[in-house]
Amino acid sequence: MTAVSDRRQLAYIASQAADARVNVELETEGMTLNIGPQHPATHGTLRIVARLDGEQVVSADPICGYMHRGYEKLTEVRSFPQVTTLVNRIDWLGSFANEVPFILAAEKLMGIEAPPRAQYIRTILFELSRIANVSLFLGDMGVQLGALTAVFYAFRDREYVLNQIEAATGGRFHPNFDRIGGLKDDLPKGWIAETRACMDKMRTFCDLMEDLLVGNEIFAERTRGIGVIPRDVALSYGLSGANLRASGVDFDLRRDQRLPMAWDKAEWKVWTHPDGDSFARYWVRLQEVRESTRIVDQLLDSLPSGPVMAKVPRIIKVPEGEAWVSTENPLGEMGYYVVSKGDTGPFRVKIRSASFNNIAVASWVLKGTFVPDVITILASLYFILGDIDR
Amino acid sequence: MSSTEAPAPPTDELREGLVARLRAELGDGVVDTHLVPGDDLWVRIRTDAWQAAGTAARDVLGCEYFCFLSAIDWLPSPYGKGEDDPTEPPPERSSAIVQGYAGGGSRLQVLARVGSVRAKVALTLKADVADDEPRIATWSGIYAGANWHERETWEMFGIVFDGHPDLRHIYLPTEFEGHPLRKDFPLLARMVKPWPGIVDVEPLPGGDDAGEAE
Amino acid sequence: MTTLAVVIPYWGQSILRSLGVAAAVLLPAGTAVYVYLFKMVSFMQSRLGPMEAGPYGSMQLFAEVGKFLQKEDLIPRGADRRIFKLAPIVVVATVFLVYVPIPFGPFAVFGSYDTGIFLALAVSSISVLGILMAGWSSANKYSLMGGLRAAGQLLAYELPMVLAVVGVVIQAGTLNLQGIVAAQHSEKIFGWGGIGYPYVVTQFVGLAVFLIAAQAELTQTPFDMPIAESELVAGYMTEYSGFRFLLFFIGEFAAAGAFAALASTLFLGGWALPWVSLSNHWMNVVGPLVLFTKMMLVMFVIFWVRFTYPRLREDQLQRFAWKVLIPITLANIVVTAVVKVVF
Repeated sequence: MTAVSDRRQLAYIASQAADARVNVELETEGMTLNIGPQHPATHGTLRIVARLDGEQVVSADPICGYMHRGYEKLTEVRSFPQVTTLVNRIDWLGSFANEVPFILAAEKLMGIEAPPRAQYIRTILFELSRIANVSLFLGDMGVQLGALTAVFYAFRDREYVLNQIEAATGGRFHPNFDRIGGLKDDLPKGWIAETRACMDKMRTFCDLMEDLLVGNEIFAERTRGIGVIPRDVALSYGLSGANLRASGVDFDLRRDQRLPMAWDKAEWKVWTHPDGDSFARYWVRLQEVRESTRIVDQLLDSLPSGPVMAKVPRIIKVPEGEAWVSTENPLGEMGYYVVSKGDTGPFRVKIRSASFNNIAVASWVLKGTFVPDVITILASLYFILGDIDR
Repeated sequence: MSSTEAPAPPTDELREGLVARLRAELGDGVVDTHLVPGDDLWVRIRTDAWQAAGTAARDVLGCEYFCFLSAIDWLPSPYGKGEDDPTEPPPERSSAIVQGYAGGGSRLQVLARVGSVRAKVALTLKADVADDEPRIATWSGIYAGANWHERETWEMFGIVFDGHPDLRHIYLPTEFEGHPLRKDFPLLARMVKPWPGIVDVEPLPGGDDAGEAE
Repeated sequence: MTTLAVVIPYWGQSILRSLGVAAAVLLPAGTAVYVYLFKMVSFMQSRLGPMEAGPYGSMQLFAEVGKFLQKEDLIPRGADRRIFKLAPIVVVATVFLVYVPIPFGPFAVFGSYDTGIFLALAVSSISVLGILMAGWSSANKYSLMGGLRAAGQLLAYELPMVLAVVGVVIQAGTLNLQGIVAAQHSEKIFGWGGIGYPYVVTQFVGLAVFLIAAQAELTQTPFDMPIAESELVAGYMTEYSGFRFLLFFIGEFAAAGAFAALASTLFLGGWALPWVSLSNHWMNVVGPLVLFTKMMLVMFVIFWVRFTYPRLREDQLQRFAWKVLIPITLANIVVTAVVKVVF
């Protein structure tokens, strides 16, 4: 070893050390970002703890429970009619739809059925709740992506539906209208004609959303291929509603089970989309709102006359037994497992809410996406906090 | 009930087929069933066959759709409905544990529902959970959605799911003690202030219409 | 100051010029805020907008300024104080500087430079520094992400903007903005001199690319990833409140006015009216109004697009700039040069 090569060796080692220092300084480490619980994008207090590498999500963990109200415990100290008030507030945008499966489960245990007119009106109000709920989603998806104008049109046109619900039930958001054996009241005079006009307006609104958002190239670029959930993953997580149908599964509880409601009295179509991405979820919901308006129109045309309440005793004691009823709610499959011991109130009510399963898939689908896509995917999965947290 | 001959109960081939296939797969893992023809099916599974039942439901019965998983506490609540008059001594209440459909042998029972979107049928599976040490196998490897449902069931009932990757609180804060949905866990709102519906009933303004429900 | 036939000492002229540039910057900004941000977007969203402060809400702007001025001056504890305070000043100062070479009339120009447009574009890119400073010094992860996104986006869209202008420069033969206005005024389209020769006629590609790039430089939707209200709350501006936020706000709308003024000068003929002589002294008074009208037209398009379109994701945004806009502008330059030589 000559002196020259010693110096060269020293120089080489020194440069390696310098490189190592630079590499250590430049090495990126993951950043943990808390999306929520207070955030404009999450519809309420949902918190997603995301580990980011630059702008890419390495892992995402949804944390819910900021709005947990303990509904299942609360139902145990209430009587059956009182549970309806409680249950309105689970999915607060389309709240009539929350009451229906519970009332149907109680009626199943009692062995009674509501009269035909009540079944028709229940279905009509159910579909109006769906329209009110999902039309907000149609506008809100635009807001999450940056198109601020869409949601104002949604709020404006949704008011017509809420006016109809208020005219019939007395409450825009929490109707509390369903009773065991039928409904609280009959429809007011002139309601049918007004609702028909309202359905026309909602169809115009759907066309507007289609032009404004679905036809927009930027919307397509932001949603197509984003957050693809394949069929088997969707079924395994228990996704339901439009999320499931957007992954190509042809399953709709309104068509695929026999319930004492009037869905089989109208001609309507189940919409599916094979892609399973965010665009598919938006598109399926858009078509479903249109389809709901058609269902409401047909049922209004064929509304039978008669009483709206069956003969039930004043103090309702539901006989012993267990019953499960689930319906195709605006957010997905919502079901109640009601256990009764022959008392005036339920023994145990298990509330199966759609958004709980819909958000469980977030930890799977958000891996490897970019932060803006996190917002898109969460917006397209569409959850309501009250539904997740109960 | 009519006095003439009762109509023959309708047969439900679809659901009876499910029971038969499940029995063939699990043998005596199927302890009991309760079938309401044309309506619904309950199957009680032996505790140690719970995971095999989940796999059988998914693979043999084709029930890929996971609906929910929860539990029931069959102990009648010692607090009643929180309507006790606080000035009176608490009334006598039966604490007999009576299970529901498809029977049972323990206070806590796990309850799960899975369905097939192709056959458009679903069934409810139940299993006993030992009273002294509530444990049962996890379904999170069979149905991905079971992960969150089992976390909630553990949090609310205290049933430990063996093999669950991440059993931690989902709704309640981490330091929460107790299992709220158990019947002996009191509903604090009613403990603090009992429901006044019985004790103090004010007359309705303008006279009441033959009295409200008590 | 030959029109007024008054001799004003040099320090008086400097004060007048400072007030003039303040007016030139703040008046379009304020008008744009009221007309477009308060009223136009409200009508588009089927609501009325501010109606209480003054007739039809016209005093709302002053109310907002007053509100911002009386707010508490909050600086996050972990923030780098000096840079935090400096960032909005950098952004606003560069916007003021962009207005310097823009001609408002034959002699109503703050500084007539032979490299006018080059100076304007160079100065406008300094605001990137201000945004990065704001994002970094806020000690907030959301602000940092907003700042980084802004840096990438603004650097990417500088190029299409500059290249779009090159076509105009080739046609006019000069970088001097006053000269470009004169060229548009004096030339004829196919021998007809009725409206002069606004370069929008042949440089429509250039105008389209310039407006798109301006939209991106202003971080307006569809390029508002740095702000991305539904994701990052307010991006790099999240931690700013009160007067500092007001500076950012003024900077945003003044910059919109600046780019609209540049677009009007380069493509729509600037302050000149085709049938009025270039050296008419009254154009010193009417010219600013003409330019203002053209600026409002351009800003209408900018804000209309802002409130309609969803936003592009960062990588889609970059892809659009590098793979679509730059090739188009390069082709535009080639075609312009060929046509200029041949015809």
